[in-house]
Amino acid sequence: MRKNFSNTVIGRSKTPQPLPDWPERYRRLAAQSRLELLRRFYAHGIVAGDTPLNAVPFVAMDFETTGMHPQIHGIVSIGVVPFSLQRIRCAEARHWLVKPRRPLIDRSVLFHHITHSELECAPDLSDILPDLLAVLAGRVVVVHYRGIERPFLDRSLRTRFDEGISFPVVDTMALEARFHRTRLQRMLRHLIGRRQASIRLASTRTRYGLPQYGAHHALTDALATAELFQAQVAHRFSPDTPIRALWC
Amino acid sequence: MDVEHIEIREHLRRHPPFAHLPIERLNTIATAVEIAYFRAGSDILVSNADIHDLHYIRSGTVDIYRRNGALYNRLGEGEIFGQLSLMTGKKVRFPARAVEDSLLYFIPETLFHELFAEDEHFADFVELEDRIRLRKAGVLQSSNNDLKTTRVGKLIKRVPSTVAATDSVQTAAVIMLEKGVGAILVTVNGQADGIHPPIEHHDILGVVTETDLCQKVIAQRLDLHTPVQAVMSDQVVTIDEDQYLFEALLLMLKHHISYLPALRRLRLIGVIDMADIISYESQSSLFVVRNILTQEHLEGLRQLSPDVRASFCRMVNEDANARMVGSAVAMIGRTFKQRLLELGEQRLGAPPVPYCFLALGSMARDEQLMLTDQDNALVLSDDFDPQQHDEYFQALATFVCDGLAELGYSYCKGGVMATNAQWRQPLAVWKQYFTRWINQPKPEALLNSSIFFDLDGVYGDTAMAVELQQLIAQQASQAPHFLGCLAFNAQSRTPPLGFFNQFVVETSGSQRDSLNIKRRGSAPMVDVIRVHALASASLAQNSFLRLDDISAAGFLTAGMTADLRDALEFITMAHIRHQAARLESGQEADNYINPEMLTRFDRRNLKAAFQVLANAQKFLKYRYRPQ
Repeated sequence: MRKNFSNTVIGRSKTPQPLPDWPERYRRLAAQSRLELLRRFYAHGIVAGDTPLNAVPFVAMDFETTGMHPQIHGIVSIGVVPFSLQRIRCAEARHWLVKPRRPLIDRSVLFHHITHSELECAPDLSDILPDLLAVLAGRVVVVHYRGIERPFLDRSLRTRFDEGISFPVVDTMALEARFHRTRLQRMLRHLIGRRQASIRLASTRTRYGLPQYGAHHALTDALATAELFQAQVAHRFSPDTPIRALWC
Repeated sequence: MDVEHIEIREHLRRHPPFAHLPIERLNTIATAVEIAYFRAGSDILVSNADIHDLHYIRSGTVDIYRRNGALYNRLGEGEIFGQLSLMTGKKVRFPARAVEDSLLYFIPETLFHELFAEDEHFADFVELEDRIRLRKAGVLQSSNNDLKTTRVGKLIKRVPSTVAATDSVQTAAVIMLEKGVGAILVTVNGQADGIHPPIEHHDILGVVTETDLCQKVIAQRLDLHTPVQAVMSDQVVTIDEDQYLFEALLLMLKHHISYLPALRRLRLIGVIDMADIISYESQSSLFVVRNILTQEHLEGLRQLSPDVRASFCRMVNEDANARMVGSAVAMIGRTFKQRLLELGEQRLGAPPVPYCFLALGSMARDEQLMLTDQDNALVLSDDFDPQQHDEYFQALATFVCDGLAELGYSYCKGGVMATNAQWRQPLAVWKQYFTRWINQPKPEALLNSSIFFDLDGVYGDTAMAVELQQLIAQQASQAPHFLGCLAFNAQSRTPPLGFFNQFVVETSGSQRDSLNIKRRGSAPMVDVIRVHALASASLAQNSFLRLDDISAAGFLTAGMTADLRDALEFITMAHIRHQAARLESGQEADNYINPEMLTRFDRRNLKAAFQVLANAQKFLKYRYRPQ
């Protein structure tokens, strides 16, 4: 998904919500969920909040969607790349096209280079869900801008099974904003009339010396996000930083 | 095949050794790749750690170090490292560190070994990289007596240039450019020339190097008027003129610098450069020459043989090219002749008439290797009277040829030596010889006389030799029949390649499975080049110089001369390396190479070189015909 919308979407709330205790939430949901598929997903558990980053199994995930709003738009493709702080494992990367239940708008077709006919033959999300959840199970999901993947997946499941999904994500865009978008910085920059440092995926990657990829493909963007996260940890955090400090 | 794999594949595909791999292979690699990011300054490989992947730089810059911490190589996008450790012990041999933020691809070792086993090009590339690497590593490791006995002061030639701390970086750059130096010292006052008044060691404030100008000025876009003190490094390591060269080298390696200010009693006398030390080293064959000239007896000369061999091997280890080795060995041989002639004259008295001692064949061409026959002749002044003078010259020739045989230059089997009366003649007779060979050529007779068309005066009245060279150049180019016969002969010794492009080796005898690289390689190559050179009226004797003349005269296209040059260089270097390896293992040098003992890379290049020779011989057939 191209994340080039205005800064206001980032929305750092003034009164931070208390973060969920993710392992505890997984245990609860594993017992409560009505769906066998989700019970199994939660039963895998998730690392404790004090786990250092270098011991956390991650998976970078990116969706291409027909628009910005989960209520009215649908998912057209999904890319996932499992990784750790040490290695990004391309051999385990997966990519699916899925048929959105909402009609495809022509403008977004141009975006993704995915055509109607390709999507006509694509499976429904529910068909690939077991495979997707198998990759996500036990891993912390890393995305660039948290407003897409988790809400869209949650919404799609609710539409199909009347039950949503919950999992922790690390948002590389929000991490980047921490360094470039403090309120004070924003005010100062506004005062002296300087432009904001861009936190779009491509320009953020450039700052870390990462190569440019052809964008707007779920798998390339997922890979790009994994690389960016490794770079952010190398520059801004440490392998010993607890995952609690990053996930939400 | 997913798109992110295509992204990876397309990058690999733009860089050797992946560039030529079939697409299915690249797909396999791209899907197996693992990726990691390394921040600038972080370690990628540490010494003796386990290693299980070939490392490929997707973006960024990586420095490779020796175990002693000295920088060894700097690699950038699309380059690989770690292959040596994978091929040998699976422990890291050369530590690696990211100098810029770097993104690396890891190619699993199983895949690396598959590629190495299945793909010849890939294996060659990987092997070659390592061989260059190993040889580089060997240059400084090889213990060397010169470095341990020569003092720094001996190499100080230049008066050091200095700049004042307040001078601009541009001023410093201009002086460095003018003086041809890579570093300049910064002092309180600065003086572009000279060391008067003397510069005390505490006056040296710092040093500015090309690297500083590049990294601190250009890369940072500093103003060119920035004073040098802003970019100089103020850690100045100095050395005393009485210290040995190896100590200078160690200091340079330890501090990662390539120059040292040298002091005499704490005053600056000059700067010593790593390049100074290296060029001093490579001149070691000159020391052999100097020693030859100071020997008073044949026995003394004979004792220099081990030095000759050592300097030969040293040049090979220092990566000298075929031309450097050939001319150094020829110079040594020539000096032996000169010294023998001086000793002969001392014994026999002054010559009754002027003469010129000729070197023929490889020595005249400056292409001598170890193990050569002596091919020589005497040109005498036209005042020569056989009755009166020949006794002297026969004695002189005998003294020199016997001496040369003692020194390991065996007698010429064809009798081309000054001891042979036929080849001990006045200039006028020599002119007749050449005129007859050129104007009434017979292929069989020419076969034995082609050696005379590579000639050089080594002692005495060498103007006579030049006169003969000019005669040959003028007449030969005008004699198509002669060129045709010469070209015919030049096709007689074909390169040892079989029908299916395999090597043809001896099938029996002591040289079984080997090929004579001189007889079937370099000699026919030299023959081919000689024909074109004579056709283009070239005065040059050396084959590489002849190729320059041939190309300039338009007798062959630049592409053809380039191919011949590369082929001759390769064949000669294979010969030279073979000889050096034999000498180093205590054997006598010879001309027999067993292709099976070569690396795959050398084997393939040798075949290509032989192919160039075969084609060049075919081309002769069309270009020059006996009339």
